[in-house]
Amino acid sequence: MTAYVLIDNGQLALAAMLILINLILSIVLQLRLEKQLWIASVRMTVQLLLVGYILKWIFTLQSPLLVLAVTLVMALLAGQSAIARTKRSYRGMFWNSFVSIFASSALMIGAIVTGIIRVEPWYNPQYIIPMLGMILGNALTGTSLALDRFTEDLTVRRDQIESLLAIGATRWEAAQQTIQEAVRTGMIPTINQMMVMGTVSLPGMMTGQIIAGANPTDAVRYQIVLILRSRQEPDLPRSELCY
Amino acid sequence: MGTNLLVIQNVGRQIQGKWIWKHLNFELHPGERCAIVGEAGAGKTLLLRAIAALDPIQSGSIQFQGKGLSDWFVPRYRTQVLYLHQRPALLEGTVEQNLKAVYKLSMYRTLKPYPEQRSRILEYLSILGRSEDFLDLPYHALSGGEAQIAAFLRALLCSPSILLFDEPTASLDARTEQQFESLVRLWQQEDPIRSYFWTSHNPEQLERMTDRRLILKRL
Repeated sequence: MTAYVLIDNGQLALAAMLILINLILSIVLQLRLEKQLWIASVRMTVQLLLVGYILKWIFTLQSPLLVLAVTLVMALLAGQSAIARTKRSYRGMFWNSFVSIFASSALMIGAIVTGIIRVEPWYNPQYIIPMLGMILGNALTGTSLALDRFTEDLTVRRDQIESLLAIGATRWEAAQQTIQEAVRTGMIPTINQMMVMGTVSLPGMMTGQIIAGANPTDAVRYQIVLILRSRQEPDLPRSELCY
Repeated sequence: MGTNLLVIQNVGRQIQGKWIWKHLNFELHPGERCAIVGEAGAGKTLLLRAIAALDPIQSGSIQFQGKGLSDWFVPRYRTQVLYLHQRPALLEGTVEQNLKAVYKLSMYRTLKPYPEQRSRILEYLSILGRSEDFLDLPYHALSGGEAQIAAFLRALLCSPSILLFDEPTASLDARTEQQFESLVRLWQQEDPIRSYFWTSHNPEQLERMTDRRLILKRL
């Protein structure tokens, strides 16, 4: 089964040393990012090590309810992170963000496991959890960027939007341009990524499968399904947000 | 339906726990020209915005054509009771593009198409002492006064029953101010139901342009 090189703790530590280069750069150039870099790398390491253990346990789950509970927690975290770094916020922002991300991801993952890859049983955590993770990750970036742009634009263009409302525009009509800009902004990173995929970047999931011994041509197929699915993601949350 | 176009009953506006005005009662009859007067900070703009359903009111009710505000589909209501901003914000693009934008709104689908309205606009423009070239000016090149004119033209295309003028000539020179006033008169004469509220710091203008006063006192 293990046709790949195992990484021991010493090797992990060695990899961690590489972050020192960034730390030194930050100090020399006075970027003041030392603290954040430090926290981010520690967080990343701890979270990933933990998730390794958690995943081990999750993959043993046989109950669809438990798997759904795990996905719900993931979506909650994604909904929270999507609004954590936006400049402005409004009441109900978390729920908008959570519902958008959850509903659209559920739709996508549902289509994948039941219609495209046809996993048996449909709740098999080994498939659902990692793929949902990727989809949520993309939805999160898109939602976060679009929300930021949306709230910012609403503030900047407040007078224009209001003058349209004053002559009888519906809410949708008055905010249309803002909505379009927000959706466009949310899609930029995903379009960029797609453009260079396979040339500049080899996506993580595919790389993982290949290292784990999968046939590259098979790994590519998984990746394409996920990308096409997750690329549609930012649209859905965006359009929902307008209400 | 009664003879009142707009009925304001016991309305009050509160901001951060403080009443700006309250217990306002007022009826506007078709064709009436009404001034809203009061010192700076008395809430004249707030009252106009409340009538236009752009701001909420904390007490009382507003009825238009015998129907309460909550029974109106608000965008439809706003096509009839139209607020003209003191400092209007137009969209990117030329004056003409801004005028055409009206026709893209769902509330105005039933209007005659823009090309058929163009001659009417040119007539209005000549009353304002402007030529056709005015339509080609980009929004960012307009002065404050020109923006007010452009926004007024846009409002006229919407054919509202009640216009809410908020210091409409504040940035206009004396000559254009007169022309603006004549255009308002012309617009009003086109349909006897048309009426308006007007705020201004110029008592002579209020004398010329209005017949009634609604006085806002500071609470």
